[in-house]
Amino acid sequence: MPDAGASRFRRMRDLPSSHMLGAGTAMCAGCGGLAALTEAYDVLGENTVFVNAAGCMSLMSVYPFTPFRGSWLYTAMASAPAGAQGVRDALDVLRARGRITVQEDLQVVVLTGDGAAGGMGLSATSGAIDRGLDFIYFCYDNEGYGNTGQQTSALTPHAAATATDAGNSGFPGWKKDLFALWAANKPAYAATIIGGEPLDLVRKIEKARSFSGPRMILALSPCPTGWGYDPKLSIEIAHLAVKTGIWPLKEYIDGRVSHTRMPHPRLPVEEYLKPQGRFAHLFEPRRNEAALREIQAGVDAYWAPWEAQREA
Amino acid sequence: MRRELMTGNAAAAWGARLARADYLPAFPITPQTEIIETVAQWIDAGEMNCRMVMMESEHSMITAAGAAAATGVRVFTATSSQGLLYGMEMLYTVAGWRAPFVMANVSRGLAAPITLEPDHNDILAARDSGFLQIHCATCQEVLDASLIAYRVAEDARVRLPVIVNLDGFYLSFTREPVDIPSQDEVDAFVPPFDAGPTRFRAGKPMSQAVAVLGGTPYSYFRYETHLAARAALEVYAEATDAFERQFGRRYGALDAYRCDDADIIFVMMGSFATKAKDAVNKLRAIGERVGLLRPILLRPFPDTAIRQLLAGKKAVAVIDQNISMGMGGVLHGEVSAALNGSKDAPPVLASFVGGLGGRDISAEEFFEIAAETRRAAENGETPPPRLLFTESELREIRKLQAIAHVEHGSDEAEGNRNGEGEERHA
Ligand SMILES: Cc1ncc(C[n+]2csc(CCOP(=O)(O)OP(=O)(O)O)c2C)c(N)n1
Ligand code: SF4
Repeated sequence: MPDAGASRFRRMRDLPSSHMLGAGTAMCAGCGGLAALTEAYDVLGENTVFVNAAGCMSLMSVYPFTPFRGSWLYTAMASAPAGAQGVRDALDVLRARGRITVQEDLQVVVLTGDGAAGGMGLSATSGAIDRGLDFIYFCYDNEGYGNTGQQTSALTPHAAATATDAGNSGFPGWKKDLFALWAANKPAYAATIIGGEPLDLVRKIEKARSFSGPRMILALSPCPTGWGYDPKLSIEIAHLAVKTGIWPLKEYIDGRVSHTRMPHPRLPVEEYLKPQGRFAHLFEPRRNEAALREIQAGVDAYWAPWEAQREA
Repeated sequence: MRRELMTGNAAAAWGARLARADYLPAFPITPQTEIIETVAQWIDAGEMNCRMVMMESEHSMITAAGAAAATGVRVFTATSSQGLLYGMEMLYTVAGWRAPFVMANVSRGLAAPITLEPDHNDILAARDSGFLQIHCATCQEVLDASLIAYRVAEDARVRLPVIVNLDGFYLSFTREPVDIPSQDEVDAFVPPFDAGPTRFRAGKPMSQAVAVLGGTPYSYFRYETHLAARAALEVYAEATDAFERQFGRRYGALDAYRCDDADIIFVMMGSFATKAKDAVNKLRAIGERVGLLRPILLRPFPDTAIRQLLAGKKAVAVIDQNISMGMGGVLHGEVSAALNGSKDAPPVLASFVGGLGGRDISAEEFFEIAAETRRAAENGETPPPRLLFTESELREIRKLQAIAHVEHGSDEAEGNRNGEGEERHA
């Protein structure tokens, strides 16, 4: 648990009862990315400027409407972190020159999908980390290029069928570890979250806010449209992602990675895979034991050292 | 005011300094790098109060520049050729944001094959982006245009980014005497940037660059940007009038040299136009009534002024330092469009392409251009477009090809030998 003691969010009933983010956006029903953003925005507050990379969320603000009480700047697919750099630097210049007050300052938050984050936006992200940019990098990870119809991205998991890996074995590669990429470069803070675990989520956003420098939030974002399941299953899929250990909830602070949840006992990965259309080929017309074993082995290998530590 | 010998790059840096640019996102590229290094030294020495940040690409650099301008600070940046193209997506994007800032582009030919020397294909690729373009022919112009550019960019009727273009090597690295105006005078000419309500502040939420649904709002905003760019013609005229009152130097949207009584006009942009000017003087000395028209503003395009200036002339030779593959010279097309339908347009509008990748255009070639244009005027027929290249150049190329051929036989493929291998500081 991220320091429950220090947090103003101690239990579920501490969570905000109404949300700051307006309803009625163009997002799909059951969008896990929207759920994570909605919960996070309550903590980020309206003195936030979102600097957005092209993706599903770019269609949240469509002239003349916006669901955001704070500010918004759409950039392009590859350079949202550079947009954040420009806004942050400009605000710093204005502060230094006494042209704005502390109260007029803003928290700068990049809002990006995983496709941009792990692909063409990686160069701009890397640059922002190198420069120690004071910003929050919020990536909703729907494990594909969602806005364009769920093609394979760098963060697509092994064996998932996508619009470009529609064959009966799905994506042959492995999900890029964006969290590790960040952690290896000593950010001020990095955490994984999921909308289905709101208490864990808000504590991490609260913690991210308390730091300055490059901070990363990676939200696994169950996506009914791209993953092929009924929107009403979104929360359950999120819970299964955590309980099977597929989606470790963790954070990086001061050179150390720690888990805020240790699923114990871990459920078999199948339980997470089975309800999702993108993995249907692993079960029908016949079970693909080899692939299922391989995925389970990957998850087991991830947890082995952490579980050993816990037992020790 | 004081006078110093300086390069075009230094003049661009002086423009940023005197305009009190708050912010400079940067990325190195030959032949532009001296601009950002000069500013960096001034910042280090405490002579310039500006935040400079090294970005990891021009795509990011232009994004940061636009985002900072959209937040309400005065921004300067600079690039060249490959960098301008690498940032092309963001040129269109930040212009659509209506983010006013100034960017110097040091023109250099585009790969492939790679070269470090100048022509205008880089800057012309940005022609339709929404950035306004001021093309310079001297180092003094580079400094002055940078100041004028802020006045135009930040004017509420315009609010668009502006590119100040200078040719690589011929201006960027050539020292010329330049008057450096005093800070007080510049402060009077370029008041602090007032972003109005379009900026990011806590307590005043603002969405910028949001999506639109459908062609109607899209067209509306695109037309609005176009009309703002057109309005910049008048704003530029006001700014250059004010500049003349303040500093005594006069700039128009066009530089017309010995055009009044000329019957043949050369049309050319950038520093190579000074070669054309020399040729005009030499031709005048032997009684040829030749003049030179140099567009300084390319966007907005001063079509009315061009039409008026060329009205009644016998023939025009447009000399393009660029090439649109499969079409020809870009400026020729632009001038032709400006003249279209005008009653007293010159009957002959000839096209010449030269100066690509820094290839010289000799005085003899200008004489030949003038002679061919005069012949065309006499028989009333526009000649086919000409690509300038001499017999001796062709012989030189044949020699290189012979060497490449020998190498090819013994070693690697010819394609790998041509066009690759940039110089060390590229
Ligand atoms: C340079 C560029 N190439 C392609 C696109 C088309 N495009 C828009 S959104 C998108 C997918 C982005 O994927 P991701 O970052 O995962 O966000 P998601 O769509 O899943 O929300 C693509 C490919 C674009 N906008 N810009
Ligand atoms: S495609 Fe997926 S990520 Fe995109 S809005 Fe729909 S559910 Fe959300």
